[in-house]
Amino acid sequence: MRKLSVIAFVLFLPLLLLALIQLNDTLNDPGVTVYNYVKKADRNMTPSVDHTQFEILQQPFEDAHKVTAACLSCHTNRHEEIMATSHWRWQRDEVLEGRGIIPLGKKNILNNFCIGIAGSEATCTRCHIGYGWVDQSFDFKEPTNVDCLICHDKTGTYQKEKGNGGYPKASVDLNYVSTHVGSPGRDNCGVCHFWGGGGNNVKHGDLEISLLDCTLEVDVHMATEGENMSCVDCHVTEKHQMAGKLYALSSENKSRATCEQCHTNKPHNDKIIDDHNLRVACQTCHIPVYAKVNDTKMYWDWSSAGELDEHGEAFHEPDVDGNHKYMSIKGTFVWANHVIPEYYWFNGIADHQLISDQIDTIPVQMNRLMGSYRDKGLFQESEQPSKIWPVKVHRGKQIYDMVNNTLVQPKLWAKEKGKNAFWLDFDWDASVKEGMAYLELPYSGEYGFVETEMYWPLNHMVSPASQSLKCIDCHTRNNSRLANLNDFYLPGRDTNWQVEASGITLIILSLIGVIIHAIFRVIFRRRYFLSKKFKEGNES
Amino acid sequence: MKKVYLYKGFERFWHWTQAFLIFFLMLTGFEIHGSYNLIGYENAVRWHDDAGWALLILMIFASFWHVTTGEWKQYIPTAKNVRAQMEYYLTGIFRNAPHPTGKRILSKLNPIQRLVYFALTIIVIPVMVISGFTYLYFNYPIQGFALDSLEPVAFIHTIGAYILITFVIIHLYLITTGHTITSNLVAMITGWEKMDEEEAQVAVEDVIESTKRHYVKQINGDKKKKAKKNKNTDSELK
Repeated sequence: MRKLSVIAFVLFLPLLLLALIQLNDTLNDPGVTVYNYVKKADRNMTPSVDHTQFEILQQPFEDAHKVTAACLSCHTNRHEEIMATSHWRWQRDEVLEGRGIIPLGKKNILNNFCIGIAGSEATCTRCHIGYGWVDQSFDFKEPTNVDCLICHDKTGTYQKEKGNGGYPKASVDLNYVSTHVGSPGRDNCGVCHFWGGGGNNVKHGDLEISLLDCTLEVDVHMATEGENMSCVDCHVTEKHQMAGKLYALSSENKSRATCEQCHTNKPHNDKIIDDHNLRVACQTCHIPVYAKVNDTKMYWDWSSAGELDEHGEAFHEPDVDGNHKYMSIKGTFVWANHVIPEYYWFNGIADHQLISDQIDTIPVQMNRLMGSYRDKGLFQESEQPSKIWPVKVHRGKQIYDMVNNTLVQPKLWAKEKGKNAFWLDFDWDASVKEGMAYLELPYSGEYGFVETEMYWPLNHMVSPASQSLKCIDCHTRNNSRLANLNDFYLPGRDTNWQVEASGITLIILSLIGVIIHAIFRVIFRRRYFLSKKFKEGNES
Repeated sequence: MKKVYLYKGFERFWHWTQAFLIFFLMLTGFEIHGSYNLIGYENAVRWHDDAGWALLILMIFASFWHVTTGEWKQYIPTAKNVRAQMEYYLTGIFRNAPHPTGKRILSKLNPIQRLVYFALTIIVIPVMVISGFTYLYFNYPIQGFALDSLEPVAFIHTIGAYILITFVIIHLYLITTGHTITSNLVAMITGWEKMDEEEAQVAVEDVIESTKRHYVKQINGDKKKKAKKNKNTDSELK
């Protein structure tokens, strides 16, 4: 017996050890360890200079250009950095798989929200970091065209005017703003990135005004009660070049802002979960839902746009939650909150449906995310394996050229009626003619509406660890989050019916055999003993 | 009636630990397979992995034991008496006929057991271990050995699991076909199996013989004598 227990002990020593190690891990959980990041509490947050004391800023600025000139008089040649960024150029040279280098960006890419900026620049460029971009004649080389204040204003009073090419409102006190500047906060970035597409949270779903003051449940990084991080804490910036971009406009797997830059690719102190990171993006588990506070736009049908009320005026109707359900200028919308993402394989490379491209899939994929299970990286096609990503898919119907089979650019906006802008004249044909002529592209004159999809990989609204996805959310036969990602075998979700059928048949057959055999034994034994007793009785 | 010491301490420890581990692996394995929710998917995965490792370690010890003790020979399949054993299970057992092959200390397994255990040891268990650890380490493609998909690995592992369940069902049933319903079970727990005088005699006969052969050897006397003689003559010459 003693020998036995010794052997048992030796055998289970490794198991015991394993259990102890795991126990130790849970007891000594050090919390979240981050790298390449200095906590705000450990930083000197006082500005190094006081801009109110600079003489050059003590002037009533006639116009915004003069402010920029003043900035550049000390911050010499900073405009050169700005002018190299896509925030300024609204395009960058991107390699599209199999198509070579194409300059792409907001300047020329179409989306399935407000479609595109061409012909309507004066209103769209309210979100451009410059002054005066109203048409193609804008001078991208003029240093004083740069708008420093939109990003560096710390007063919250700096606002750009509608439809005026990015100039500030006349009410803005330029002297006050220019003397109160600093590193961009969430409000600076948010004024454009929260409001893209014509309203709060229309586009991203995970970027919206609630992030200006939110709880840990909404976003662990930006929560006011938490680390209260600014955008640029993750979107690390050097010489005005910000890390990170969105695949609505980008195509290449480069200069991305990643979770790994602070958290490493093995942050869990747990091998099985860390291993998932090989093929599953952090975001997939840690952003279980998006649009956690305000609604985001899920569907935009342009084909119903243009209805006017009895006075011939444009109108709009709210839905029960107060969001626009219908707008004469834009069509029909569907909004949603607490949306469960859709999941796609993604290797960091995206393709785009350019205005010159033939439509070959319906729905049209505006920015197809590349990747598949088989794209494993390492020794295979791409450098990085495709990972499963959570994506907001924005679906819609938008105008296209039925003869040339391409998407088209209608002119949407103008200062006044009669310029063939759809939002004022409500004439699709005229607005497309105008828009396509502006781009010097062909238009057959026959338009229709085609279904489109646009993909927005999610990165923000990271939930606390306790609310991240659990194994069973994906590894389950019913209602798996990955139910639609079918190009691979997922344990717990997938079975092969032949394997199951033959296995279960085997079990049933063996059970039947065993039961029949047992019954026979009982019957025959009894008969045998009875006959034996009978014989014995006879003999005596 | 007599009792014969049939199963040694380690053998029983190995058997029951393996039984427990296989049962536990089944339970957690089919949860991972998505068949039911019992202890939670995450727990199932962790415990299944740990139990897999424990079983591997146990198997290494058991193999060592089998090799060093020579017990492995008990698993060499034989065609002899397979038919008789089959007939016993199909007809004899109902007539209370005697087992065609008596249990001996050096030959505990009947011919069908030999065949089945041999097949388990040589085919099913290695396939389960290899597919299991491939499953576990699937994430780390090695150049030249990057599997395209987990699918075939998972299918093989699942088929193996179904075969093992089938084995367990039949095995559990056949336990009851001993001298009495529980005599086999008691033997595997205590090591001692109840037997008739005659059976007990047969069971120990060969172990006595083999022990004799093992420790006592006939010496070839002539050669040695000759050598001795030569030695003697040599010394005489001196």
